Amino acid sequence: MAINVKVMDRPVEQVSYVRATLSGLAHTFKHLIDPHKVTTQYPEETEALSKRWRGTHRMLTNEDGKAKCVACGLCPTVCPANCIKLVPGEDEQGNRFPLVFEIDEFRCIFCGYCQEVCPEEAIHVGRHYENAEYTRDGFVYDLERLTSQTHPVCEMWDPTDPAGE
Amino acid sequence: MGPLLMTPISDDTTAFAIASAIKVLLFFGVYLVTVAMLTLAERKVSAWIQDRHGPNRTGPGGLLQPAADGLKNLMKEELSPAAGHSVLFSLAPAIAFCTAMVTWAVIPFAAPLPTPWGVVSLAVADLPVGFIFTLAISSLGVFGITLAGWSSNNKYSLLGGLRSSAQMISYEIAMGLSVIPVLLLAGNVTMTSIIAQQANGGWNVLNLSFAFMTFLISAFAETNRLPFDLPEAESELVAGYHTEYSSMKFAMFFIAEYANMLTASGLMATLFLGGWDIPFTGWDNTGDPSLLKTILTLMSFALKTGFFLFFYMWIRWTLPRFRYDQLMSLGWRFLLPMSLGYIVLIASVLLVLQLLGIQPGYAQTGVLLVVNIIVLLLVFVVFDRGRLLSPTTSKMSAAEMLRLRTQDRAASTLPATARPAPEMGD
Repeated sequence: MAINVKVMDRPVEQVSYVRATLSGLAHTFKHLIDPHKVTTQYPEETEALSKRWRGTHRMLTNEDGKAKCVACGLCPTVCPANCIKLVPGEDEQGNRFPLVFEIDEFRCIFCGYCQEVCPEEAIHVGRHYENAEYTRDGFVYDLERLTSQTHPVCEMWDPTDPAGE
Repeated sequence: MGPLLMTPISDDTTAFAIASAIKVLLFFGVYLVTVAMLTLAERKVSAWIQDRHGPNRTGPGGLLQPAADGLKNLMKEELSPAAGHSVLFSLAPAIAFCTAMVTWAVIPFAAPLPTPWGVVSLAVADLPVGFIFTLAISSLGVFGITLAGWSSNNKYSLLGGLRSSAQMISYEIAMGLSVIPVLLLAGNVTMTSIIAQQANGGWNVLNLSFAFMTFLISAFAETNRLPFDLPEAESELVAGYHTEYSSMKFAMFFIAEYANMLTASGLMATLFLGGWDIPFTGWDNTGDPSLLKTILTLMSFALKTGFFLFFYMWIRWTLPRFRYDQLMSLGWRFLLPMSLGYIVLIASVLLVLQLLGIQPGYAQTGVLLVVNIIVLLLVFVVFDRGRLLSPTTSKMSAAEMLRLRTQDRAASTLPATARPAPEMGD
């Protein structure tokens, strides 16, 4: 033979196609009438996300509704995907604030370094994943959008509590 | 509305023509809707068997899914292979579609309906050739598939078409032969007389259980359903004979498959489960026809056909596909000789019963049932487990098997360098 066909040594004398068929039919019928289905009916019901889920960002705000960001420039520096655009500004009292803060969610790899590095706990990755848009421009989130989003934010991994409890 | 006439409507030509036209329209309307719903039913059954919900977004419980699918198929681009035979390419789905539908015409689906113009028999065409017509038409269906495979000018399509023709021709023989005992019992080939015989003497599933088994298996092969769906084996042949088809032409093959399934289920219900006969009662077969009888028998027929349709789907989502040589060996080496032997057996039993003076009826059914139980035990207990039927291989000679195994073992124990290099392009 041109190729080596593996001929299995099957215990033909001990197996019956008819019986196997019948038991197979019984098995599928059991599943057929089983009311428990595994599908999640997605838009109506959603599965719970992990506390450490890293999704689209949120910028947290302080009491007067301003972004907590002090435009230190750590997050654009640490960002491996280079998706954060930050233009810092300063008011008369010397308080720094971001003039422009944009995150391109298309470029973002959701590593969460920005949240880890942030000294003010301002930028966070969120527990959120429904982020479809009609245009590519829609994925560039500006400061207004980042502050107005309300989804829960990620709890970063804590070395003293590795299981997240 | 005048008084109900109890004469057949065929006595009056005009009334007969009008009644037939109404029957054709009404009946094929219902038939096509049923076929459409079958596609949904298939998806639902498959989903439930796999612990899913199935389509449930379009309409209540997904009931509008077939309409959405149909609309989608109409909107799709019609593609036709540049090197194919365009005439045959368009003709093939039409053949598959038409033959699938025409077969149903001879199956009576309810007791005759009384109308003011006469009694209407509820088969679209109660042909005197009955069953022979269904055999003739269903063997035409293979042309659609073979032509589709050939005219596509695609190797996968061609292989699918070839497999399909080989498979359908092989199983047609077993199918035809397994019905001969039914015809022996009925003494006639019309569907009405087959139903009448079963109403009097017990259903053929008891009279002729083994013929029922062979017919069931052949019907699966005839309709190209799993475990015999080799013509469209997607893991080997992309999509088999309809690889090149798109849009509504593809949908027509799809409809044809389900139409074939419906027809085969109707045939099995008619030939072996007493057609529209309601079990354990005699009133539906005797006396004057009435509307109530028609409705109840229609429900009985729908239930039986529905059972077989469900069984088709149930099997499909349970069993894996046969290998091609297993398929052929099952058809030619098992079903064909077995059904031939069974004809001889049943004919002799009937002859003996006749000599003993036992009339057709429940006594005859009892005797035949005992004979059938013996045959089934022989086949599935004595001949099973590799003695005649084997689950895994076609019967290969022991010497050939040994030769292959030693060769295999020798090849696998050779050091890698000593093995022949694989040929280029493998």
